[in-house]
Amino acid sequence: MPQRIDVAKTWKLYIGGKFVRSESGQSFPVEHRRHGTTVHLCRASRKDLRDSVEAATSARSGWASASGYLRGQILYRMAEMLECRRTEMGEALGAGSNQTPKQRLEEVDASIDRLVGFAGWSDKIEQILGGQNPVPGPYYNITVPEPTGVVGIVPPDKPALLAAVSMLAAPLCAGNTTILLAPEQHPLPTTLLGEIIATSDVPAGVVNILTGTRDDLLGHMADHRAVNAISAVNLAEETLTDLRKRAAESIKRIHHERVTAPAWKKHEDRCSPWKVEPFLEMKTLWHPSAC
Amino acid sequence: MVAHPVDAIMLEQRAASFTRRSIKEGAKKQGLRLALSMVDLTTLEGSDSPEKVRSLCRKAIRPWEGDIEQPLPSVAAVCVYPNLVPTAKEILEGTGVKIASVATGFPSGQYPLSVRLRDAAEAVAAGADEIDMVINRGAFLAGRDEEVAEEIREVRSTVHPAHLKIILETGELGNYDTIRRASDLAIEAAASTGPIRDGEIFIKTSTGKIAPAATMPAVLVMLEAIRDHWFATGVRIGMKPAGGIRRAKAALHHLAMVKETLGDDWLTPNLFRFGASSLTNDLLRQIIRLERHRYMAAHDFSEA
Repeated sequence: MPQRIDVAKTWKLYIGGKFVRSESGQSFPVEHRRHGTTVHLCRASRKDLRDSVEAATSARSGWASASGYLRGQILYRMAEMLECRRTEMGEALGAGSNQTPKQRLEEVDASIDRLVGFAGWSDKIEQILGGQNPVPGPYYNITVPEPTGVVGIVPPDKPALLAAVSMLAAPLCAGNTTILLAPEQHPLPTTLLGEIIATSDVPAGVVNILTGTRDDLLGHMADHRAVNAISAVNLAEETLTDLRKRAAESIKRIHHERVTAPAWKKHEDRCSPWKVEPFLEMKTLWHPSAC
Repeated sequence: MVAHPVDAIMLEQRAASFTRRSIKEGAKKQGLRLALSMVDLTTLEGSDSPEKVRSLCRKAIRPWEGDIEQPLPSVAAVCVYPNLVPTAKEILEGTGVKIASVATGFPSGQYPLSVRLRDAAEAVAAGADEIDMVINRGAFLAGRDEEVAEEIREVRSTVHPAHLKIILETGELGNYDTIRRASDLAIEAAASTGPIRDGEIFIKTSTGKIAPAATMPAVLVMLEAIRDHWFATGVRIGMKPAGGIRRAKAALHHLAMVKETLGDDWLTPNLFRFGASSLTNDLLRQIIRLERHRYMAAHDFSEA
């Protein structure tokens, strides 16, 4: 019997519901610490970002108008799919960190729970953040939250999966479409997340995942007028200032936080409606009351 | 009429080859502006209202309200149903933007000839500079070529001196041989009514009401028919692909195809048009991106 040759996975970008290679044809190497091998990932370019924004823009109205109930079911489905691939995701987490196998599985489990948490919030956000406001006059005054639109997400390197999942699920459950830049130093878990999303009935274009360097992409994301918000954590002061300046031209929302790695584990903090609120626009309506 | 059989495989390969031209920077800037100046900004819906046509006309004159170095060209024409020609005329008179009207029982052409001729005559009387007529596909597909030719001649005499665009509806013709035969038939019929000036007669792929509309191989067959007529007579017939061209990149592919099939003479709105609506905004997006080095959002542009 001839010896069998392993079939290695080609890691690709996830744009508009499809796994594609970078338009640039460029790749960058990532060490897989556990296997002692080098994995080559696509180095997404400006044009890949543009394609993602196109996909996210066309998916916008469908996802925003889906009921919170349906979005919740789809987020829950993501949790189910991640649970099925728990071991594989644990391996992917081992590629770029020194966590013990137990710690890695704990992170996967926390990520699954985070998805379930946001799945629960998706049909409750409107009641919590919106409502009928008391006004002095014969009017109904009603506030309704609406999704901001296309949200760019820039998660930190650690914890590679839990932070990305938390930052993704928050805008997602509120009806935003997203472009996720995989953590530069530790991109494998996020890339694998694309395969989970692709099998979770998430409509094409609602989540797009790019690997590559932040320097290549972040500026263009800030400049692109069809991106409505950017969610980032722990950016260097200079990067953040530049990002804010460039985003101001299109009145883009920049939501930036400083979060320590252990803080992501605090489920009550990180899975609250206040993590969703930055990606909502409040619409207030006046209506004459009957009397 | 001499038959010109088409080699379908070579045709498709040749048409596909135009999508692989590298058009960058300066050439791209020029190409995009040229394409913009060739657009027949079109609205052909049952729901078209005078105000929609007015706003389309304003967009035709000045495609974008923002500031841009080197002002943008106006589009070539606005294309509407005959009822809306007077509305378009109010706004477009004297601007250089032409008024095109579909007529002759658009889009099916399945009406008595007298009705179709009156349709065309009234559109011209209302002020249309160009008439987009549909051929009688029923008669053509049944092999009654002479009937089709005679109808084209009558329409041409009715609308003269307005320019005439003859819609073949290539998506209904089945194969490339038939498209070529229809192109030759249309050109010869129009030419037989008397001398024609360059750009006075166009052939046009589609109504935009059925798919497939303007595919690149279909357009190439028609360009070849135009080329052969030009070689034989020295007269330049115009070409208008319509329907399905939504992206600036597709417009550039078409320009490459025209240049390499017919030459630079045809790279003018007098001889080449795009029948489109959403193409305009994509052209604008690309033009402005090249100027400002940032991508625009769809909401930065008025509806087309």
